[in-house]
Amino acid sequence: MIETFYDVMRRQGITRRSFLKFCSLTAAAMGLGPSFAPKIAHAMETKPRIPVLWLHGLECTCCSESFIRSAHPLAKDVILSMISLDYDDTIMAAAGHQAESIVNEVIEQHKGQYILACEGNPGLDEGKTGGMSCIIAGKPYTEQLRKAAKDAMAIISWGSCASWGCVQAAKPNPTQATPIHKVPDIGNAPIIKVPGCPPIAEVMTGVVTYILTFGRLPSLDRQGRPLMFYSQRIHDKCYRRPHFDAGQFVEAFDDEYARKGYCLYKMGCKGPTTYNACSTIRWNGGLSFPIQAGHPCIGCSEDGFWDKGGFYNRLTSINQFGIEANADKIGGTVAAVVGVATAAHAAASAIKRAKHKGDQE
Amino acid sequence: MSITTTPNGYTLNDAGQRVVVDPVTRIEGHMRAEVNIDENNVITNAVSSGTIWRGLEVILKGRDPRDAWAFVQRICGVCTGTHALTSVRCVEDALGINIPENANCIRNIMQLSLQCHDHLVHFYHLHALDWVNPVTALKADPKATSALQQQVSPNHPQSSPGYFRDVQNRLKKFVESGQLGPFRNGYWTNPAYLLPPEADLMAVTHYLEALDFQKEMMKTRTIFGGKDTHPNWTVGGTPSPINVDGIGGVGGLNMVNLNQVHQILMDTKTFINDVYIPDILAIAQFYKGWLYGGGLSGHNMLAYGDIPDKANDYSPENLLMPRGAIINGNLKEIHEVDLRDPEQIQEFIPHSWYRYPDGVKGLHPWDGVTDPDFDVSTAKGSKHNIEQLDENASYSWIKAPRWRGHAMEVGPLSRYVIGYAQGHEYFTEQINGVLKTLDIPVSALFSTLGRTAARALEAQWAADQQLYFFDKLMTNIKNGDIATHGGEMWNPADWPKEAKGVGFSEAPRGALAHWIRIKDMKIENYQCVVPTTWNGSPRDEAGNIGAFEASMMNTKVAVAEEPVEILRNLHSFDPCLACSTHVMSEDGKELARVTTGPVGS
Repeated sequence: MIETFYDVMRRQGITRRSFLKFCSLTAAAMGLGPSFAPKIAHAMETKPRIPVLWLHGLECTCCSESFIRSAHPLAKDVILSMISLDYDDTIMAAAGHQAESIVNEVIEQHKGQYILACEGNPGLDEGKTGGMSCIIAGKPYTEQLRKAAKDAMAIISWGSCASWGCVQAAKPNPTQATPIHKVPDIGNAPIIKVPGCPPIAEVMTGVVTYILTFGRLPSLDRQGRPLMFYSQRIHDKCYRRPHFDAGQFVEAFDDEYARKGYCLYKMGCKGPTTYNACSTIRWNGGLSFPIQAGHPCIGCSEDGFWDKGGFYNRLTSINQFGIEANADKIGGTVAAVVGVATAAHAAASAIKRAKHKGDQE
Repeated sequence: MSITTTPNGYTLNDAGQRVVVDPVTRIEGHMRAEVNIDENNVITNAVSSGTIWRGLEVILKGRDPRDAWAFVQRICGVCTGTHALTSVRCVEDALGINIPENANCIRNIMQLSLQCHDHLVHFYHLHALDWVNPVTALKADPKATSALQQQVSPNHPQSSPGYFRDVQNRLKKFVESGQLGPFRNGYWTNPAYLLPPEADLMAVTHYLEALDFQKEMMKTRTIFGGKDTHPNWTVGGTPSPINVDGIGGVGGLNMVNLNQVHQILMDTKTFINDVYIPDILAIAQFYKGWLYGGGLSGHNMLAYGDIPDKANDYSPENLLMPRGAIINGNLKEIHEVDLRDPEQIQEFIPHSWYRYPDGVKGLHPWDGVTDPDFDVSTAKGSKHNIEQLDENASYSWIKAPRWRGHAMEVGPLSRYVIGYAQGHEYFTEQINGVLKTLDIPVSALFSTLGRTAARALEAQWAADQQLYFFDKLMTNIKNGDIATHGGEMWNPADWPKEAKGVGFSEAPRGALAHWIRIKDMKIENYQCVVPTTWNGSPRDEAGNIGAFEASMMNTKVAVAEEPVEILRNLHSFDPCLACSTHVMSEDGKELARVTTGPVGS
């Protein structure tokens, strides 16, 4: 007897009517329109739990920490009722060889039927760190990763480590930390990148529930990120955008303009070049996001964001910001320069992509 | 084979069966433990190895010191924020920057909320399964569980028989599905589990309640820092301005946010008092005879102190968390700790996978070096398939920090023992209460259980202090002080050509400090000595074993193949391996290695 998501909701005292309403809301939250609600309902009523191997490489565990903060759905319900989290060394009861044997069992019993969730990345440096900057069961993490990747139905690259490399891959990248899709011999399983340091909790559970609900992977952009969450810049939907357009900027932390909630562009905000859902979905149950709490966006979901010239340096050097009277002109200029930078970035990424396999179209 | 006596008093014998646990799970990062056990299943030799290195200190060189907090915050996402706080303090120390009182209150609330969150998640989600058996919980009588719940915590509303029956049914369905998920391959038939089924069901229920609640208690950090995990900090203050009266108040911290914060703080206090503390006491009743794992705790303990009452004063008198060092178990003498003194804290590498330009001499972190040098040539197995580490050679990515040459334990228990020894009123009252309730002597504190209990008591203390700083913040605002950032020295052009500083905090896992050297507006050197570097350190040149290793020594294992006791001891430190990778020692000390007896070497 397998408990489905529907069972969970019923057990929690939720009526069928409320359950269907929930499905409509889920469809709406995913931008899918009301016709998808019955499909979501059907999936949640019938599907058994899909095995998940959640591997940890070089990382800080912030992705797992973010995941457990999910409000909708609760992490508890994902783990107990939606997936079968058979291996996750951060929370699993077993240790040592009893833990490691699970990886082999799942690969054998569920060939091509399990999801590989990667948090962190492997260090490929064979020099000073001897390929052993991350050791699991006496062997390089890379071995465990390749073994699990080979027969996975799909790979989720959680966070900026697995997606891009993140902090340990910042210059000079002493361990040669390498994102999952660039690991040699990683196999052909499709890879979904869910970048961010960490990603937003509800984006993580949103990706998982999407796969379980529809039985397919979400639509991805050219870099392999779910379009629904990563197709627009933070700047595009930022509630402080009107102040940017009006040329109203914070000049220093806690100045008069900061207290009024003006735009943080001049404080170094990377919102104009960062693709993420922070300004729409926001964090921790929709409570806030960095800009709302007065700090410029550091661009943590972007490739190589650690090496882009300092978090408090503004994106382009534009002097003589005006007052509202000529704000259109100023706003336009800034947007144009940012646009060029973004285009250049996109072109560079496209070239890089051509050199490496594993990217999603 | 050999028998060795370490300078810190342990007799190591590697004659018996070698048991390897790799990976050690339910920790942050990656770790391996190896022990030898004798014919009575007692551990006679213990080796702990940090198995992850990322090189953040190398990466920080040449960066803007104002950015450092974000890099080092990514050392660890579990103790998220504590490295960032330590980093901004470190840069402020180097540049002589003062922060406003409100920023101090907000930082303290963020740091204390981490103590509450981290301790709670650690106990329920990383440690509880060492004591609690979810499979046995299926046999519990929900009525009896309800009675137990009402007895141990009459204030907790979720206590009806129907409630526990529901949870049990859900658990039953989960187990019957055959997909055990995180509980798969656990040691559920091991005789080391001692709780009656009702206590197991109560604890598993709270595992789930705590999982739901933990996401609420860190929302204070989302309000002050914009997101969690990894909220935002700034050198010079806190990023979010306060605006309770002016135009655009919705752009800053306003009455609505402050009300939210207050509610979260009250709920946190309630959950810790009504669930966490009663559970610890209830579970301890059944395990109070299991007093293994003391390790270094009765002997050498270290704390730097934290939570400055007034802003910018880091002297022990102004810190609400105690500071000091205890050596050789002498609780009557608390030594002063000076993080700037090159003779006090040093990192050694004779058993770590690093090299120093001048060999193995200990280095103070201001002069610290992090240069990897992986080598397992004397281990059993091969370079990429280690079967057994050689503890006489290098065997860990963790350096060995020493305080005046001593291996030290850090963490909640150290803080509590140092506070107790100093007459810290709140701590003393808590400790005496626990000893009385459980009817155990003070010496029982020096154990795995004592470590686990101290963590819970600290969460209770931290929940109260959060409210103290919230009141302080509100009083300041009431008096017209809304400053959160001074702006002092924000512009690097104003900085001296060269500067150095140190910042410290008490992370949930123990004493944490960062040392920085700034030159020409850039980071010249950055070194972190973190709690798990102290606790998880390998042997040093003199042969002293570290706190993890010491905690495993002399523990009796019920089933050698199912090392739940090893996990218990190690988990009680709340290991954080991504944090821990580096340390040093004084030179010239002879190895106190004696080979004796018929076993030879």
